[in-house]
Amino acid sequence: MSFLQGIAASSGIAIAKAYRLVEPNLSFEKTTIDNAENEISRFQEALNKSKGELDAIREKANKELGADKAAIFEAHLLVLSDPELIAPIEDKIKTESVNAEFALKETTDMFITMFESMDNEYMRERAADIRDVTKRVLAHLLGVHLANPSMISEEVVVVAEDLTPSDTAQLNRQFVKGFTTDIGGRTSHSAIMARSLEIPAVVGTKKATEEIQNGDLVIVDGLKGEIHINPTPELVASYEKTAAQYEEQKAEWAKLVNEKTVSADGVHVELAANIGTPNDLEGVINNGGEAVGLYRTEFLYMGRDQLPTEDEQFESYKAVLEGMKGKPVVVRTLDIGGDKELPYLDLPKEMNPFLGFRAIRLCLEEQDIFRTQLRALLRASSYGNLKIMFPMIATLNEFRAAKALLEEEKANLIAEGTKVADKIELGIMVEIPSTAVLADQFAKEVDFFSIGTNDLIQYTMAADRMNERVSYLYQPYNPSILRLIKMVIDAAHKEGKWAGMCGEMAGDETAIPLLLGLGLDEFSMSATSILKARSQILHLSKTEMEELAAKALQMSTTDEVMEAVKAAAKLS
Amino acid sequence: MIVKEFKVIADTGIHARPATLLVQAASKFDSEIQLEYKGKKVNLKSIMGVMSLGIGQGADIAISAEGNDEQDAINGLAETLKTEGLAE
Repeated sequence: MSFLQGIAASSGIAIAKAYRLVEPNLSFEKTTIDNAENEISRFQEALNKSKGELDAIREKANKELGADKAAIFEAHLLVLSDPELIAPIEDKIKTESVNAEFALKETTDMFITMFESMDNEYMRERAADIRDVTKRVLAHLLGVHLANPSMISEEVVVVAEDLTPSDTAQLNRQFVKGFTTDIGGRTSHSAIMARSLEIPAVVGTKKATEEIQNGDLVIVDGLKGEIHINPTPELVASYEKTAAQYEEQKAEWAKLVNEKTVSADGVHVELAANIGTPNDLEGVINNGGEAVGLYRTEFLYMGRDQLPTEDEQFESYKAVLEGMKGKPVVVRTLDIGGDKELPYLDLPKEMNPFLGFRAIRLCLEEQDIFRTQLRALLRASSYGNLKIMFPMIATLNEFRAAKALLEEEKANLIAEGTKVADKIELGIMVEIPSTAVLADQFAKEVDFFSIGTNDLIQYTMAADRMNERVSYLYQPYNPSILRLIKMVIDAAHKEGKWAGMCGEMAGDETAIPLLLGLGLDEFSMSATSILKARSQILHLSKTEMEELAAKALQMSTTDEVMEAVKAAAKLS
Repeated sequence: MIVKEFKVIADTGIHARPATLLVQAASKFDSEIQLEYKGKKVNLKSIMGVMSLGIGQGADIAISAEGNDEQDAINGLAETLKTEGLAE
């Protein structure tokens, strides 16, 4: 048995066999063959096996995800039957006496280059399809195993270097009991997805893919961030007990689902949920969310070939607003760029994507994209309690420009006879230090603030949150961060506005006492953290936490703050 | 050989799903079937060939078939284009 320490990304315990979602080694040598017939039949065999797999995947996708998602596999199958692709490969094997691997790679590379050089983004995307199917045939030729995450049909722990949004979309929640990755932190995409899917996860283990083989028994301890590989029966038994206790604890928290979130001395705060798609609403309601504090709209734009239409967006926004039955829904407009790319927008690679052309900067430039989203939001506004916020605002002018576009589209819609809600609160994400520092001025013009701590910390500490070597600088309790948060909350209250937080910090048990003391009005977190946070706040006195926060603001290091919180808020 | 001309009406042009449908339909016939657009001819049984043409809405295309089932092929493809709302 062996052990890996990682970062606890999503709580819970999972015990299951490992399933490696790892790119196999597909390298090969060019060789000269003497029997072309044999080589061609070897190629045909690999082709047929690949088609068989794709056929099964398509069937499954069709059943579970709908014909829409299955269509891509239909296209992949056609590529494998394409006479203009297959004939040249077989010709090459015959005339040049080369191995099938080489002939396949040479020929498909030619097509990939051709598609990549086209001036149509959609065509360039097709190069990826060809690459994808080539990989599958190559794997069969080389006799190596290619992972098929969508075909998992028994309980597993997925082991990967990292998980992309499209990987996670393919995972079947019924069978994927947990996952662990080599890279990533609490705020990386894979971690956020794990929490929203309520799958226990440990990320950033550095060498999970190195240490874990297919079929190894793995324990994922998403509470402590530990991975145990081929554990002793005693350890398994002890973890089964921990898992049961955790379930009991969850059942205890579940009793709070319809309770208000009130501190021990009677002050109400709002506990909201962060969501990515209308599908996440079920989790919000089951976990007693009082609002949606952050609806990340970029998922509407990801994993597809082209921009979502106004109608598609409208349907999603309407579904969320109706689903929340009049409770507040804060929608964040498109936040793309940085670690979230959209291939079809064809944006140039940047040296510093987190400091570059992203979020509101992109939206104010690419106004067609932005206006479409604003119109969809405005049209949906009459179906519930909509609040809109703009991401990555650095200056008041950016906010004013975004607001002006919204007003324009609102006027257009009203002129067209479309119903739009009278009052839509308009706010901003505070994630850039300049905005936090100037919050008093912003507060005069916005209706609310939502502090995005993941980015605020990254920009304040000048530490790329994707870079593990500087991950020690992700310090939410650093007094510098606390002071910025205080400036934002105080500025809002001075103008009679509210301040929320939608970063990871809002659901963190060490941060909650401090944030309560600093006067935060709304805490937006992963739905699965809400009940635990509610249970914690019920036992905290706001007056005492105000004293704690005042002291923390005068401290000099993160460690001092953590010590003080542990003592004052009775954390274990 | 039989040749028939069409005008593409699908607003996405002959991309993705439409291309898939067309290639699947063409592959059912024995005849050699070609698709011509802007002077470029490709094998209509080749998904990559069809997609490489980048046919958009409003395009004028011609389909030609040559072989023992050429008439059936042209009729069948015209039917597919029509029922799927791709071209007329």
